[in-house]
Amino acid sequence: MKKLLIALLCAPLLAFAAGAELHLDKAPDHSRDLPALQNGAKVFINYCLNCHSASYFRYNRLTDIGLNESQIKDNLLFTTDKVGETMTIAMRRAEAKQWFGAAPPDLTVIARARASEFGSGADWLYTYLRGFYRDDERPTGWNNTVFANVGMPHVLWELQGQQEMGPDHKLVLAKPGMLKPEEFDTMVGNLVAFLNHMGEPMANFRKGLGVIVLIFLAVLFVFSYALKREYWKDIH
Amino acid sequence: MAAANVEKYKSDGTVAGGLLEWVDARFPLMSLWNDHLAKYYAPKNFNFWYFFGSLALMVLVIQIVTGIFLVMHYKPDASLNSSGVPVAFASVEYIMRDVPWGWLIRYMHSTGASAFFIVVYMHMFRGMLYGSYRKPRELVWIFGVMIFLALMGEAFMGYLLPWGQMSYWGAQVILSLFSAIPLIGNDLATFIRGDFVISDATLNRMFSFHVIAVPLVLVGLVAAHIMALHEVGSNNPDGVEIKKKKGPDGIPLDGIPFHPYYTVKDIVGIVVFLMAFSIIVFFMPEGGGYFLEFNNFLPADPLVTPPHIAPVWYFTPYYSILRANTVNFFWIDAKLWGVIFMGLGVMVFFFLPWLDRSPVKSIRYRGPLYKGALAIFVVSFFILGYLGMLAPTPGRTFVSQICTILYFAFFLLMPIYSSLDKCKAEPERVTG
Repeated sequence: MKKLLIALLCAPLLAFAAGAELHLDKAPDHSRDLPALQNGAKVFINYCLNCHSASYFRYNRLTDIGLNESQIKDNLLFTTDKVGETMTIAMRRAEAKQWFGAAPPDLTVIARARASEFGSGADWLYTYLRGFYRDDERPTGWNNTVFANVGMPHVLWELQGQQEMGPDHKLVLAKPGMLKPEEFDTMVGNLVAFLNHMGEPMANFRKGLGVIVLIFLAVLFVFSYALKREYWKDIH
Repeated sequence: MAAANVEKYKSDGTVAGGLLEWVDARFPLMSLWNDHLAKYYAPKNFNFWYFFGSLALMVLVIQIVTGIFLVMHYKPDASLNSSGVPVAFASVEYIMRDVPWGWLIRYMHSTGASAFFIVVYMHMFRGMLYGSYRKPRELVWIFGVMIFLALMGEAFMGYLLPWGQMSYWGAQVILSLFSAIPLIGNDLATFIRGDFVISDATLNRMFSFHVIAVPLVLVGLVAAHIMALHEVGSNNPDGVEIKKKKGPDGIPLDGIPFHPYYTVKDIVGIVVFLMAFSIIVFFMPEGGGYFLEFNNFLPADPLVTPPHIAPVWYFTPYYSILRANTVNFFWIDAKLWGVIFMGLGVMVFFFLPWLDRSPVKSIRYRGPLYKGALAIFVVSFFILGYLGMLAPTPGRTFVSQICTILYFAFFLLMPIYSSLDKCKAEPERVTG
């Protein structure tokens, strides 16, 4: 009996064997850093929101990150969209599919979808957006370390420059871009922070409310426990 | 229990009293109140494990109320909107963003699904600890297993509705299991889906079942479960019948009225439960990817099969049993064996009252054989659950085969080991 129990308890160790590892860089946490989120929104709208939509996210929800409606209208609305509308794009999906092999996905909740046992969705995006390198075998001329044979070309290449895959499987910056590597990382960090924010704009409010709810329940527990004690004092 | 013997309420002269007398003359209000609450005598020695029945009822109410509000905004429509996203998926995000408090209602519902299974698994385990399924409570148990079955159906169909990748491919895997049935399998699977693949037709029928058919069945079964329980009376951690020792007033000596004693006690349990529930809802609504799977934030795409399809955690023990069958045997396909064993894995609970031959009910007075068997069963159940979340490897499949055998051995060998066991004598009255 004991041997069987021990064998049973050891059995899960077998299950841990094997499994591919994916190393992700930790994305900086800017979830409450309004300037970083605003900068991320600017980068997102300028670089991403042409092929990718964010079709559940309304422009005026940018007020959550400290912008007012006229700032949004003057700086971030490039199309005929109204400020209360969602971030859609004009590119047709059927055409996009012909051009890239797959229609670019909607990015509203991408930060939630990319989470895995290897890291948060933000970590994945932060590593992915900094992981493009030249690959002449690909139709776009670009490949990626975390998303092999990705359909998207390196949209931020002007800023980052061109990375190449070194012999030791490490990326090297072959041609520098407009930003220094640290500046580029900061910018991608801001963009990822905004993507993360967009995935769940009410996340900070949710956590704040949670604290209040738990305090209320703690007080309610004291009273309900006292009530129970009072009723039960005669039961032996 | 005999309603006819209950005296009808007499007004004390106030307006409220007069109204109550009027109603009670026309409706068995006081007899219902007395039979189920004020004069329902429950054993006084309920412990921690006895909170989960009232908690299950509480979660059922949470699911129904939040569900009602979700249905007002959710759209069961698999067609693509102008941004190329399925309308059903987009409507969930609409609830999360544009519906006032929609995110809270949705997270309560999604967390409630997992909470329901946690509470129900604990509730079932309580029954196994203290022999609550034994005579005269066989029907209470059978209604309970039927609730468990209905709940599995309800959860499976509800999980399709957000129309994410896991919704879609999980349903694809499970519904295609019907095609393993010989002769009629393929036609049956097509009939159930309403299409040759999971499609808008499937989504709409699952929606209908999830919001109307199964909840109706569930509520009816819960009512039957409670009525059967109140007919025979509750078991307790000592497994002795409190009705055998009654006072001169006909009230069990170890019984106390459910109301107010257990209503005030269960309120404490509910508050503690709500604290744990709120920690999930407000601070980790995805439950680390176990309550809301990450892949389900990608809209369903019939052309892209995810590399790893795993059901939500509460189905994984049974999913492991399904996958553990890898050999064609007796001219029957391995896949069909998997389906058969998965079905038997749930159905076998129905037979528990007749498989158990022990002279005592409670684990407190059982011998080492049952205690060991229950421990092995619980460990195998957890291992199966864990392995069901992972992609299969030969090593994992081997472990899940061993655990599947142990799972069934617990039930099938029970008539032998439960009667051989060296049990202690049950006490006359309940202990503390």
